[in-house]
Amino acid sequence: MNLPISRRNLLIGIPYTWLMLFFLIPFVIVMSISLSDPVIAIPPYSPVLSTNDGLAGVWNYLTQLDFENFAIVLEDDVYLSSYLNSVQMALTTTLLCLLLGYPIAYAIASSPMHWKTRFIMAINLTFWCSFLIRIYAWIVLLGNQGVVNNILLSLGVIDSPIQMLNTDFAVYLGLVYAYLPLMIFPVYATLEKLDNSVYEASRDLGCSHIESFFRVTLPLSRPGMLAGAFLVFVPVTGEYIVPSLLGNASTPVIGRVLWNEFFSNGDWPLAASISVLLMLVLVLPIVLYQFFSNRNEEK
Amino acid sequence: MNRHLSWFGITSLTLGLAFMYLPILVLVIYSFNDSEMITLWSHPSLRWYEKLFTDGNYWGPAWTTLRISLVSSVLATILGVMISLVVTRMRKFKGRSLFVGMTIAPLVLPEVITGLALLLLFIAMGVERGFMTVIIAHTTFAMCFVSVIVTARMAEFDMSTEEAARDLGCGPVMAFFHATLPAILPAIVAAFLLAFALSLDNLVVTTFTTGPGITTLPMRVFSEIRTGVKPEINALSTMVILLVTCVAITSSLLTKRSAAKRVAAADSPPATSQLASA
Repeated sequence: MNLPISRRNLLIGIPYTWLMLFFLIPFVIVMSISLSDPVIAIPPYSPVLSTNDGLAGVWNYLTQLDFENFAIVLEDDVYLSSYLNSVQMALTTTLLCLLLGYPIAYAIASSPMHWKTRFIMAINLTFWCSFLIRIYAWIVLLGNQGVVNNILLSLGVIDSPIQMLNTDFAVYLGLVYAYLPLMIFPVYATLEKLDNSVYEASRDLGCSHIESFFRVTLPLSRPGMLAGAFLVFVPVTGEYIVPSLLGNASTPVIGRVLWNEFFSNGDWPLAASISVLLMLVLVLPIVLYQFFSNRNEEK
Repeated sequence: MNRHLSWFGITSLTLGLAFMYLPILVLVIYSFNDSEMITLWSHPSLRWYEKLFTDGNYWGPAWTTLRISLVSSVLATILGVMISLVVTRMRKFKGRSLFVGMTIAPLVLPEVITGLALLLLFIAMGVERGFMTVIIAHTTFAMCFVSVIVTARMAEFDMSTEEAARDLGCGPVMAFFHATLPAILPAIVAAFLLAFALSLDNLVVTTFTTGPGITTLPMRVFSEIRTGVKPEINALSTMVILLVTCVAITSSLLTKRSAAKRVAAADSPPATSQLASA
């Protein structure tokens, strides 16, 4: 666009400034607080950078930073196991979403044209309903006096209610329920664009339906699966709502630990270092995703 | 792809849709249950709707949420479209890769981190937290979603239309408003709706960035359902579901009319389908 320089600068400058101010600088602050020590004061961390003393003040500030919080997080089993729990939770959820979502996406993509939009619309609709409401529905269903237990009791299948709410089972159910659309949409979008002739060629060359699917369709739909896996994995790793509503405290996850460290214990430096480490945990899948999607593009 | 729908496909589709809809259906049914005990069915009544309307507990937060969502989604749409313009049209300027990185990063960070980071910024700046800080926070993550959707549409846009407008004597800004904007408008509307919905629904970032006196509807609902089942929440959920259904059907009818050819892309949530094709 051939805008005059001043307008061009304005167009770049406004969103740039916004992102610098409300995205980049906050992260610099998180990093620096993660290297500080907790104190009982306002703000509850030390040292605090003050610009009054000029460069000497900055130097003084820098010398007081250390990696003590990271040592605490890495040495304490509670934190380590919550990272592992979170990653395990995210991996399992991603896998379950893929296993459940792929056949659904495939079925939608092979439906007649006017049904496709209706099915996508139907799944879309659940996705747009509030996240909290969708999770709340499972509290209604799974509670000790919930709908499922009531039905089982009245049918005489069980004598006393099964504990389903506040278990890992409930967390996985809630997570898969909440994130399944995020897997279905990208897989569907890829399948929808697939060129049918490759599949037909493999059929002509003597492959069975199932063989053709595994050797042609499945490999070709990898970009969609990757995108879906990514969309599910990242938010689930830091998930707070689902574990707090459907889970129990005996399986701590990192989202909850961070939240509690900040809101209940008021240990800001520790909370900041937990989030820095969480970012590091997430960098790996992001780099992998970039790598795989670049490779897909090159093909 | 155009293939035969197998029995396996029909089965998984049916089971999938049942899985997606049964919990919601149960909520709706039980919202008309008169019993105090959520799970025991006594007889149908509108008791919980009455409670919801007379109980002031939800109206204040609902109004706050609506105001926050409106302002932040408008801001996010404007900023997001600006980002898209910069990303698609300006190939060279200092710090471009940092800029592009910053527009994507909020999409790939868990909300707890974004929320914590923004809260620490507001405290460091000495800003009083409340209405404004929540709006800033919501705008910051929503604008990135907006830019993903709009960028994808603009990348497909044929620049020759705009060039033709320039040749016919339009200035660069006029050419954009007359030639490009109408073409990308459906994407902008979809992006605005997504930004609005994301803001309406947000709990984590809001809790971090809000201040005393500002409670949004998700925050209120969350604190209610933490302790278990609340019949009036069933009624509230039913109303939200009804509202979402109406908006979704209206917008799908509108998109059908305006862009019948882009059926699939318009109906799936744009962010995800675009990410898939990216």
